[in-house]
Amino acid sequence: MEVYLDNSATTRCLPDVAKLMTQIMCEDYGNPSSMHNKGVEAEKYLRKAKETIAKLLKVQEKEILFTSGGTESDNIALIGVAMAHCREGRHIITTQIEHPAILQTCAFLEEQGFQITYLPVDKDGVVSLAALEKAMTRQTILVSIMHTNNEIGALQPIAQAGELIKRMNPNTLFHVDAVQGFGKSKIYPKKMNIDLLSVSAHKIHGPKGVGFLYINEKVKIKPIIFGGGQQKGMRSGTENVPGIAGMALAAEEAYCNFDAKMDYLYSIKQRFIDGVCKIEGIKINGKTGRDSAPHVVSVSVQGVRSEVMLHALEDKGIYVSAGSACASNKPSISATLKAIGVEKQFLDSTLRFSFSAYTTEEEIDYTLQQLQTIIPMLRRYVRK
Amino acid sequence: MYKSFLIKYAEIGVKGKNRYIFEDRLCDQIRYALERCEGEFEVTKTQGRIYVNALSEFDFDEVVENLKTVFGIWGICPVVKLEDEGFETLAREVVSYMDKVYPDKNFSFKVETRRARKNYPKESMEVNADIGAALLQAFPELSVDVHKPDVMLHIEIREKIFVYSTVIPGPGGLPIGTNGKGTLLLSGGIDSPVAGYMISKRGVKIDAVYFHAPPYTSERAKQKVVDLAKIVSKYSGPINLHIINFTDIQLYIYEKCPHDELTIIMRRYMMRIAQHIAQQTGSLGLITGESIGQVASQTMQSLMATNDVCTIPVYRPLIGFDKEDIVDVSKKIDTYETSILPYEDCCTIFVAKHPVTKPNLNVIRIHEKNLEEKIDELVQAALDTDEIIEVKWND
Repeated sequence: MEVYLDNSATTRCLPDVAKLMTQIMCEDYGNPSSMHNKGVEAEKYLRKAKETIAKLLKVQEKEILFTSGGTESDNIALIGVAMAHCREGRHIITTQIEHPAILQTCAFLEEQGFQITYLPVDKDGVVSLAALEKAMTRQTILVSIMHTNNEIGALQPIAQAGELIKRMNPNTLFHVDAVQGFGKSKIYPKKMNIDLLSVSAHKIHGPKGVGFLYINEKVKIKPIIFGGGQQKGMRSGTENVPGIAGMALAAEEAYCNFDAKMDYLYSIKQRFIDGVCKIEGIKINGKTGRDSAPHVVSVSVQGVRSEVMLHALEDKGIYVSAGSACASNKPSISATLKAIGVEKQFLDSTLRFSFSAYTTEEEIDYTLQQLQTIIPMLRRYVRK
Repeated sequence: MYKSFLIKYAEIGVKGKNRYIFEDRLCDQIRYALERCEGEFEVTKTQGRIYVNALSEFDFDEVVENLKTVFGIWGICPVVKLEDEGFETLAREVVSYMDKVYPDKNFSFKVETRRARKNYPKESMEVNADIGAALLQAFPELSVDVHKPDVMLHIEIREKIFVYSTVIPGPGGLPIGTNGKGTLLLSGGIDSPVAGYMISKRGVKIDAVYFHAPPYTSERAKQKVVDLAKIVSKYSGPINLHIINFTDIQLYIYEKCPHDELTIIMRRYMMRIAQHIAQQTGSLGLITGESIGQVASQTMQSLMATNDVCTIPVYRPLIGFDKEDIVDVSKKIDTYETSILPYEDCCTIFVAKHPVTKPNLNVIRIHEKNLEEKIDELVQAALDTDEIIEVKWND
């Protein structure tokens, strides 16, 4: 039996999405910038994709910028805003538990002379609004907070943060990395005071190598990629037409029967948590109810190294992620797990299980059954 | 300009009646290296000389780089081939050759002619003198030095006339396949690929054994070893890589033996299994990357304890190397970057915080008796997992 429980890493592309993309690649392969009909035809896919995505977010079509994925969206948002607003201030606020696409970009901006504040989080991985309020200054040009944490599934108080930021300084822009949240939560940038929103297609059963960045029409931002002037010069380069069309279809699919899907995801998450808690020496990191992401569970297992557990599960056909990648000669401890104060002994013993709406109860039960035999077996052999 | 390479070899020259064997293996290895290069080539062996002739367009740098991986080559000489159109033409061509190859003319030279075609109108000495004179006339800055010239200009008169003057150093050593076969214990570390390289430099063909321990070691760790074997095979020729699942043996030792002796006992079983494979596949010895004192399992006492189970010779080409020296070679042969990828290997997973550094052989033997009940069965089961991958650089 093959059980894929690593949907926060990537998801399986929907067959209809793959079919549409194949058709575009093999038949409607025109360059949307070409003047002839083949180009016009390709451009239609872009327009339609924009329309679809704009509707789901309740924003304007011209506010959607297509990119190569979450990382590029984050880079454009942070660097583009920093470049455009550096005269008004050089202070940026983010959190300690962001994805490297944010953290590394912030490190780059620090080198360029920007000052970055990294907000701490509580034991459940939730950022404190009081800390945000305290960190805000008149120099703060941008606040970037992720919607859903990728490692423990912590949901951040995005709407409240948006309100707080705008109340304190209407000129401060608010960026949200929604790579893990889009398609799992209904996000409406206009209602939540979000100025920029990053999304990736392959986390929602779309293709890899494509994503988008919502940019509120009032936001002043500079491009970071230059060339032929596509997408109004904001992101040059021939648009990835098949990817973009595939992403829009996947997004539409994610919003179809949304509430039923969320109910189902929360039910299998609970089923998994109930089962896994029966095993001795187990700890769930972060919240587990409706106030957490419906698709991520972070489990620490006392006395077993995550890499070993991961490979043992793999042997049974179950695919998961290690909470933090760690090898004997190169420890890379997860920033998120550290930030929420996970004890040292658990840092290297944490697995992430992430589900999709297509995960079955049978798969959950099979995984639980395997965990119940594998964990005690592995505990017999530990490094002394 | 160059269409051929003269291949110079060192030690083979002294091999007496067996010389042809060495030369034939060298030709085979040259062909193996040339398979990776763009273009058509022929490798010929005439009158004690090996030539690589390009039969099509080729990339000079690529050919030289690949010839440098062939053990047994002492030097690679790029050769200009000329038609015999009279001495005047020859002199003109040689002058133009020297002009192209040495833009700066401030050096001494000597002309060395070999006249294989005896009906050539001038004798060797005459050719030397006349070409020398032509060069001095064309480039007055040049000087002749017959004892210690900066440049030795060779002219070989055969059907065609061959001119060469530069020697690009080769790796030395002996051609692969002239010295039997050995079985290399290959881990994912820095040392064992270097050991493989060093031993194959002496003409030894190699096979390799890797012990993997799922789920404690990953598929990526295994791929890393395949990648390392592939880099070594650039020099050593194709390698049969045996992959043995060692998990159950390791866990059994863990359960039955003192923890600080785990590594030594584990290594004794690795040697036993490698030796079994070596004997089954016609290897004449085992090869390891051990170096005295590098880690606890490589003290002289530990080496004695692991060597104890071997009845065939164990070759340890790095035995007197410092770690730095090994790293230097691994960088030179391009295994270093792969070796340092951070995947756990089976030697490190259960390693004790304080393993024995001076194991007592008798004590080890006694503790190994704890394994008597199941170990033979487990060793056989491990041997049954043998997965053989033929690793070849050119694939």
